[in-house]
Amino acid sequence: MEVKILSAKFDIKDAHMLEVAKQHGAYSQLDKLFSMEPVAVIEEVKNSGLRGRGGAGFPAGLKWSFLPKGLNKPVYLTVNSDESEPATFKDRYILVRDPHMMIEGIIICCYAIGCHDAYIYIRGEYTSQVKALQKAIDEAYAAGYLGEKVAGHDFKLDVTVHRGAGAYICGEETALLESIEGKKGQPRSKPPFPAVEGLYGCPTIINNVQTIASLPYIIENGAAAYKQYGTEKSPGTHLFGISGHVNKPGMYELPLGLPILDVIEKVAGGVLNGKKLKAIIPGGSSTPVQTPEDAKDLTLDYESMAAHKTMFGSGGIVVLDETVDIVKLVENLAQFYHHESCGQCTPCREGLGWILKIVKKILRGDGTSADIDLLVELCDNIEMKTVCVLSAACTMPVRSYLIKFRHEFEAYVKKGASAQANVKQG
Amino acid sequence: MSDRSKLIVTGKPFRFDQERDAEFERLVKRYPTRESMILPALWLTQEQEGWISAEAIAYIADRIGTFASQVFECATFYTMYNLHPMGRNHICICRTLSCWLRGKQEIVDYLKNELGLKPGEIGADGKFSLEEVECLGHCGTAPVVQVNGEFHESMDVDKLKSLLATLK
Ligand SMILES: Cc1cc2nc3c(=O)[nH]c(=O)nc-3n(C[C@H](O)[C@H](O)[C@H](O)COP(=O)(O)O)c2cc1C
Ligand code: SF4
Ligand code: FES
Repeated sequence: MEVKILSAKFDIKDAHMLEVAKQHGAYSQLDKLFSMEPVAVIEEVKNSGLRGRGGAGFPAGLKWSFLPKGLNKPVYLTVNSDESEPATFKDRYILVRDPHMMIEGIIICCYAIGCHDAYIYIRGEYTSQVKALQKAIDEAYAAGYLGEKVAGHDFKLDVTVHRGAGAYICGEETALLESIEGKKGQPRSKPPFPAVEGLYGCPTIINNVQTIASLPYIIENGAAAYKQYGTEKSPGTHLFGISGHVNKPGMYELPLGLPILDVIEKVAGGVLNGKKLKAIIPGGSSTPVQTPEDAKDLTLDYESMAAHKTMFGSGGIVVLDETVDIVKLVENLAQFYHHESCGQCTPCREGLGWILKIVKKILRGDGTSADIDLLVELCDNIEMKTVCVLSAACTMPVRSYLIKFRHEFEAYVKKGASAQANVKQG
Repeated sequence: MSDRSKLIVTGKPFRFDQERDAEFERLVKRYPTRESMILPALWLTQEQEGWISAEAIAYIADRIGTFASQVFECATFYTMYNLHPMGRNHICICRTLSCWLRGKQEIVDYLKNELGLKPGEIGADGKFSLEEVECLGHCGTAPVVQVNGEFHESMDVDKLKSLLATLK
């Protein structure tokens, strides 16, 4: 089932080094690129149907075409390499194993949108990865692929790595911009959208690492070749991260559209130690959970995920075996999102804390059925009432566990109630 | 979590060494505003000293030409900036979803016992500090531990024992 488009060079020794990468085709598309009109590049990417790989799946070419024309201001590109959504671990393979594929993608995007200053925002924890990336950029500068004249063409491009410092929220695109500007990572209200008013108040495109890294293939082989993979509305391939209770966890490149249960069985080696499958988180911790029954006809593409009332997200699939305590899992998740709230909206800052408190109360055996209802009500009152969707990234999955696994919450309530009754009688 | 609102005054002046000075000057040209240098300057400071003092905050503000409060705001918001000295070996254990599913608690319990430290604490001899952190982006090789920035994947108690033995 696996294919090798983005990961073509991942297993080649030293492919992170410019000389080796070049032998395998890196930067070979630049002459073709500069012979095209920028609008033709945008058209090709639009036709490829490439969708953003950062989580929301917004069509890349369409996003680029939102840039206002004829403004007398610089245009910026920021590449989102924050990779902080729990269960997501794909972009760092690109950064470390084939950084030149991404740099070539940056050149393609910048030429298309008329940008001469690109920033790569990388999460602070990626210590060795940031070094590897910087080394590749230095090599690209030395070889003339970046700088005053990109590959000898009349096009200037600077690429700067900006390092985050441990804040999940900086993956949200406007928090990321604030962070580059030297502020706390607190998301901005939209509109204005970054394409109109982004970094330093200028038109800005934000794309995920994998989105950008998909561009050299599209320029080399054309939109039609890219569309051979995947489904009509979800073309191409994706780097999926499979983690949790499977025999062969890891990162796998697959075309979109494959049945999720097949992938878990055949690609990831099935549920760990032959245990029974309890549930699947299909696209990172913020996506609503699927039971094995739900997942029967679930395929790995944006349409099928939406039809199943969940999301494709970042392609981080988490497999839960029969031993997982769902209430404890919700505690783990709520703690993450509560900790990562940037604090500027009351429903998020306070509400996620309340979710955590009530789940802890239920786990202690002090909860009531009314507390479970209260959790659902809290989710309804938080969601979509905040500046960004971090709060929804918590409430959407939490609600799905409350609905699909309510019996597990009830079991804690009952156990607690009978323990208390025993204490009173004894 | 440790208190991230207090700065330590060392009583000693701070400035970048030559290497950091050069890196500051290289980077500042890349941004249209000097404020963009706040995060990079905090990183340079931490690389040089291991942590960020009150004097360092004042120095960065002065160097950039901004208010110390803006530098302070960033230093306290971003949790990877250390506002006090850490252990010589700073051990971070991922506590989030995939690592939790694959046994991070065993790792935490072992370290607590072995080092006599709770997450968030620094040992009296300064050799170790322990912290539970959120997803480190290595979920496919859970559970993961990061020591002084270096990743150790698919950890178990045995591997941890050998790792601890190599730390000075
Ligand atoms: C709370 C939050 C965290 C996010 N984290 C990331 C991230 O780590 N990496 C990423 O590429 N996008 C992340 N996103 C999505 C970005 O806001 C943005 O949509 C994306 O980078 C756009 O790139 P794309 O169109 O290429 O997908 C996050 C969004 C939210 C709301
Ligand atoms: S929803 Fe939460 S993370 Fe997003 S802006 Fe509001 S407080 Fe910050
Ligand atoms: S959950 Fe631990 S590294 Fe992602």
